[in-house]
Amino acid sequence: MSAEITTTGRGPDDPAHGKARENALRSPVQQVMALLQRSGVAAFVALALLVILGSILWPTFHSADNLRNTVLGISYIGIVAIGMTMVIITGGIDLSVGSVFALGGVVAVWTNIHAGPVAAVIATIVVCGAVGLINGMLIGVAGMAPFIVTLASLFGIRGLVYQLTDAGAKTYSVPGDSAFASLGNGTFLTLGIPIFITAALYVGFHIMLERTSLGLTTFAIGGGEDAAVLMGLKVRRSKVLLYMASAALAGVAGMLQASQLVSASPIIATGYELQAIAAVVIGGTLLTGGAGSLIGTGAGVLLLGTINAFIRYLQLDSTWNNVVSGAFLITVVVIQRVVSYRRVD
Amino acid sequence: MTTMNSASLRVALTSFDRGAVLRWTRDNGVYVALAAIVLYNLFFTPRFITLDNLNVQLVLVTRIVVVSLGMAMVIGTAGIDLSVGAVVALSGALLVQFSDLPAVAAIAVALLVGGLVGLLNGFLVGVVGIQPIVATLAFLFAGRSLAQLLLVGKNPSIHDNAILKIASGKVLGVSGLIIAAGIAVLLVALLMRRTVFGRQLLAVGDNARASFLSGVPVRRTLVGVYVVSGVLAAWAGVMDTASITSANALSSGLNYELFAITAVVVGGTPLTGGRVRVLGTVAAAILMQLLRSTLIFHEATDAISQMITAVVIIGAVYIQRARSRA
Repeated sequence: MSAEITTTGRGPDDPAHGKARENALRSPVQQVMALLQRSGVAAFVALALLVILGSILWPTFHSADNLRNTVLGISYIGIVAIGMTMVIITGGIDLSVGSVFALGGVVAVWTNIHAGPVAAVIATIVVCGAVGLINGMLIGVAGMAPFIVTLASLFGIRGLVYQLTDAGAKTYSVPGDSAFASLGNGTFLTLGIPIFITAALYVGFHIMLERTSLGLTTFAIGGGEDAAVLMGLKVRRSKVLLYMASAALAGVAGMLQASQLVSASPIIATGYELQAIAAVVIGGTLLTGGAGSLIGTGAGVLLLGTINAFIRYLQLDSTWNNVVSGAFLITVVVIQRVVSYRRVD
Repeated sequence: MTTMNSASLRVALTSFDRGAVLRWTRDNGVYVALAAIVLYNLFFTPRFITLDNLNVQLVLVTRIVVVSLGMAMVIGTAGIDLSVGAVVALSGALLVQFSDLPAVAAIAVALLVGGLVGLLNGFLVGVVGIQPIVATLAFLFAGRSLAQLLLVGKNPSIHDNAILKIASGKVLGVSGLIIAAGIAVLLVALLMRRTVFGRQLLAVGDNARASFLSGVPVRRTLVGVYVVSGVLAAWAGVMDTASITSANALSSGLNYELFAITAVVVGGTPLTGGRVRVLGTVAAAILMQLLRSTLIFHEATDAISQMITAVVIIGAVYIQRARSRA
């Protein structure tokens, strides 16, 4: 079939659009494939297989310690991936999250030094949310391409972070026994606090996405922006809010990691945007927009974490992480692509 | 409907001028900006506009120019190639891996592997139908790590004189790197203006469906364009490795995909495809380099120059957007 037509993005010719008619023609195999693809089931299956394989190979693989460390290590990317999922569902993208992550760390630690931990949390959300507001206004109101706007803020915000830290010469750090440091280092029921924060954010935003008008508008924008506008949905406002949420979440993730490391680093989180996109895509969210879920993204994030753990256990150089993650990403999108010729939402 | 009336009146009053002005700005803005920055430095920055310094600035930007050419062609098909920076690093690692071979053979291997990466990207985009950003993202992850793995336990220095000559050699006082980039510019300009492939590329970028229906080999064109981008990135990798006289998997070509996209966009190539501005891209790459070094000459930090880069990108795209609506 003519794969060529898909390169310009979705349109009336996209095979995914003729789904109702084709639904009746689907074979059981295709239905199973479609099920696997939906809600990141593929990611869950791969995750389960890797965990079982790891547990067979190494007795300590499914130990509580390994679980704790793996989940804690991936929770920061996990938070970033929440915002990325929502933005990608609208058919957009947010490349600035890595830089905003670093900004969040610097703002949080600086504010904590000058005004205490509560102010630090508020300042992080406000400052990073403001970055998202700029992104959102340029994309949602001025109608510029998300890829380019957020690419510019990737540069601009990283520059700002360097400026704030005198190109890394000035290190902002907090005492290890302060209230702020306990945010990232404290534990509850033997699990790190960031894990609970991440889980709570996933639950909250999952409900927002599935049950509120903003969530439904998010899917409608991705399904067809013009149609969403004609239906009277608040497309502009929703886009602005979603980019604000994405930036604020990236900032919060940066704050948590800064708290764990008890200092803010200007070079942290380069390339996080790519890892977050990988997790989102592996989790079954389509980059063309209109379909996706945070459950899938959660599975994608855990899968990336498990791959990391696997490579650690194999005692391979950590550079293999990227090779394996890249291969996984491609495998998943190829499967998605094949399945989505007959995809049902 | 009064709003509509006033809106159409405003359009009627201003559309002719505005459309023409914006079109002109989009097409020539980068050259005006380049001229402006040269003039500014002529008057306000001592010792900036000297042959020596301009030579240094041009040499610095050569690798990004070469990568940007491939990126411009890919963006001309409404695609994107995020793998180019990783290919630059991989290419350097391959030169070290095959340092036993004669220089020409080692370079050929590097270019071949770059082409193979492009083939993979092109296959995923053109044949499987995956969005370019994801298809090429995978190799951005994997490529740099592969380069690191190739270099584990090896001496990354390049001793082959023939390779080193690419950077250290001079022809009539012009650095070999500038010539190496110049050849690439010339070839790409010819490819875009004088070949069927160039025409087909623009047709695909303009409207893939219509091109397919009118018999343009869409798949082959898409695969071809990513192969060209991969080979150019590998060539940039050879140039970079020759210039720093060793392969560095961590820093070689780092963020080149971003710099290249910036050059292409600022140079006036629309992200929506159907149009490729080769010279505009080259001018934009030089503009960004001069802007950065001008700021550094005036003791602004690299941080400030990054922020200004962001503003320039937004401004360039805003002009394009305004034009397409006018």
